[in-house]
Amino acid sequence: MSILVIAEHDNSSLKQATLNVVAAAKAIGGDIDVLVAGENVGAIAEAAAKAEGVNKVLVADNAAYGHFLAENLGELVAEVGKGYSHILTSAGTTGKDFMPRVAALLDVAQVSDIIRVESADTFVRPIYAGNAIATVKASDSIKVITVRPTGFDPVAAEGGSASVEQLDVVKDAGLSSFVGEEKAKSDRPDLASAGIVISGGRGMQNGENFKMLEQVADLMGAAMGASRAAVDAGFVPNDMQVGQTGKIVAPQLYVAIGISGAIQHLAGMSDSKVIVAINKDEEAPIFQVADYGLVADLFEAVPQFEEELKKVL
Amino acid sequence: MKVLVAVKRVIDYNVKVRVKPDNTGVDLANVKMAMNPFCEIAVEEAVRLKEKGVASEIVVVSIGPKACQEQIRTALALGADRGIHIETDEEVQSLEAAKLLKAVVEKEEPKLVILGKQSIDSDNNQTGQMLAALTGMGQGTFASEVVVDGEKVNVTREVDGGLMTVALNLPAVVTTDLRLNEPRYASLPNIMKAKKKPLDAMSPADLGVEIAPRLSTLKVEAPASRQAGIKVADVAELVDKLKNEAKVI
Ligand SMILES: Cc1cc2nc3c(=O)[nH]c(=O)nc-3n(C[C@H](O)[C@H](O)[C@H](O)COP(=O)(O)OP(=O)(O)OC[C@H]3O[C@@H](n4cnc5c(N)ncnc54)[C@H](O)[C@@H]3O)c2cc1C
Ligand SMILES: Nc1ncnc2c1ncn2[C@@H]1O[C@H](COP(=O)(O)O)[C@@H](O)[C@H]1O
Repeated sequence: MSILVIAEHDNSSLKQATLNVVAAAKAIGGDIDVLVAGENVGAIAEAAAKAEGVNKVLVADNAAYGHFLAENLGELVAEVGKGYSHILTSAGTTGKDFMPRVAALLDVAQVSDIIRVESADTFVRPIYAGNAIATVKASDSIKVITVRPTGFDPVAAEGGSASVEQLDVVKDAGLSSFVGEEKAKSDRPDLASAGIVISGGRGMQNGENFKMLEQVADLMGAAMGASRAAVDAGFVPNDMQVGQTGKIVAPQLYVAIGISGAIQHLAGMSDSKVIVAINKDEEAPIFQVADYGLVADLFEAVPQFEEELKKVL
Repeated sequence: MKVLVAVKRVIDYNVKVRVKPDNTGVDLANVKMAMNPFCEIAVEEAVRLKEKGVASEIVVVSIGPKACQEQIRTALALGADRGIHIETDEEVQSLEAAKLLKAVVEKEEPKLVILGKQSIDSDNNQTGQMLAALTGMGQGTFASEVVVDGEKVNVTREVDGGLMTVALNLPAVVTTDLRLNEPRYASLPNIMKAKKKPLDAMSPADLGVEIAPRLSTLKVEAPASRQAGIKVADVAELVDKLKNEAKVI
């Protein structure tokens, strides 16, 4: 078996999710090659070559891949991937965008968002917002798979010494072009891989009040998240949404503040190691998954939380 | 310009899903079904494009059993002009759905195809991208804004780092995210009018597509449930527990 992992990166650094995907590839077993497609990605290819268990790094360095346009990446990966038994990438928004194109171009099914490998053709994935866990068997000769990073412990980032090979395949489908982006800038850890996440919901009432949470987050070195209701109301940007249709997180500690705990929200965080909920409604469903629940008005509890943390951190 | 919208019949998002005791799937008997929420957003976007004079005709298509016609009628009540039902009682996976939709695209030649980004039952998030690849179209997935501008469409997309805008040649595929719009409700007069709107039924075979699932579900289980936790009396106890019991800070 030979497995092609498509690296997730932003042209400046390799995303940790790639290491989780390599771990999924190791669970399948076989030679693991990593494809780094992007623009000016030399350093990323070097980082990928150091990852544990990687055999070879293939590099497609071209402006056509600079913004990860799915039309171009889809053609590239379908071409490079057709000699492999498995093609894997992380189920981030980039992977979700281009990977189904790869599957369609190869005329194979895609298995989305796997959280476990049972064997080379059988995988486990949540369905119905995590209310059910399906074991599915793929019969196609090439398995196209997106991997939920929280399902797999990452391989070591250092220690490997894969060879690096430049590809000269340029696929520019000419169907789409990049216009612009609004990247939320933050010095906090990346939400998807942070050890601690603090999320606010509709109970926060407005965007201004999220500053209270930011202070606590900075004290703890936490990433910030939110419920859909908080994003829809415009309190915080979309990339903070945790849930079925947002980001999936599984930190050591997840703190939900003013979040009721709708099933769609739980789908994104219920694999966290320890869950804390602060909510003034003692009937809120979030308390059913919380290890530590505090029934309180958040506008009193959050400043107290900050004071108490200062004492111990 | 003609707009094609794909709508899927799924379990209502408010229903508490239960896994069947024999682990073959989830219990759908006597469960409330509805249009996939992302498809509602897709229909709404098409209707708004029509209200702006950008779209001239909205065709809505659904694949699945006879009962899917309910969701097509809902879309017609919301403002779609005509329905296509591709009827089958077999399980249709995303690749087949994309092939069936491709056949419809070839017949109807829409300028824009709008789908939901994700079905809330399979949670696949594949069909729109597959359709785009099969038809050689560009795609704007996870859209939070769609602006048609001559022979192009600009799509703002919700991505991990924030927002990204792409320009696509038309025809193109768009898949909807939650913030694209807030779907309206159908009014009673419109529900009545929708009953008279044309709805064509056809089979996958009529479209020359064979339903041949590539994935088989071996079993479906309930997720591991979390141990019930405790309520703490105050913030001091909370911080003490986090530090000394859970040891996560
Ligand atoms: C297709 C679809 C996809 C979805 N995807 C997602 C998703 O990915 N992520 C997601 O989060 N949701 C998602 N949702 C939405 C989900 O169903 C809920 O509507 C949402 O999670 C509710 O957010 P909330 O808990 O912040 O708001 P609410 O449910 O309104 O809860 C607010 C909570 O704050 C508490 N509160 C209010 N004031 C205070 C105070 N002063 N002190 C303490 N507590 C207070 C209240 O008691 C309440 O429990 C999705 C829905 C659909 C239909
Ligand atoms: N059976 C179906 N009938 C109509 N549209 C579908 C069907 N399956 C998927 N779709 C469309 O594809 C979108 C994404 O579905 P999926 O790839 O299954 O998550 C849905 O929101 C629909 O717009």
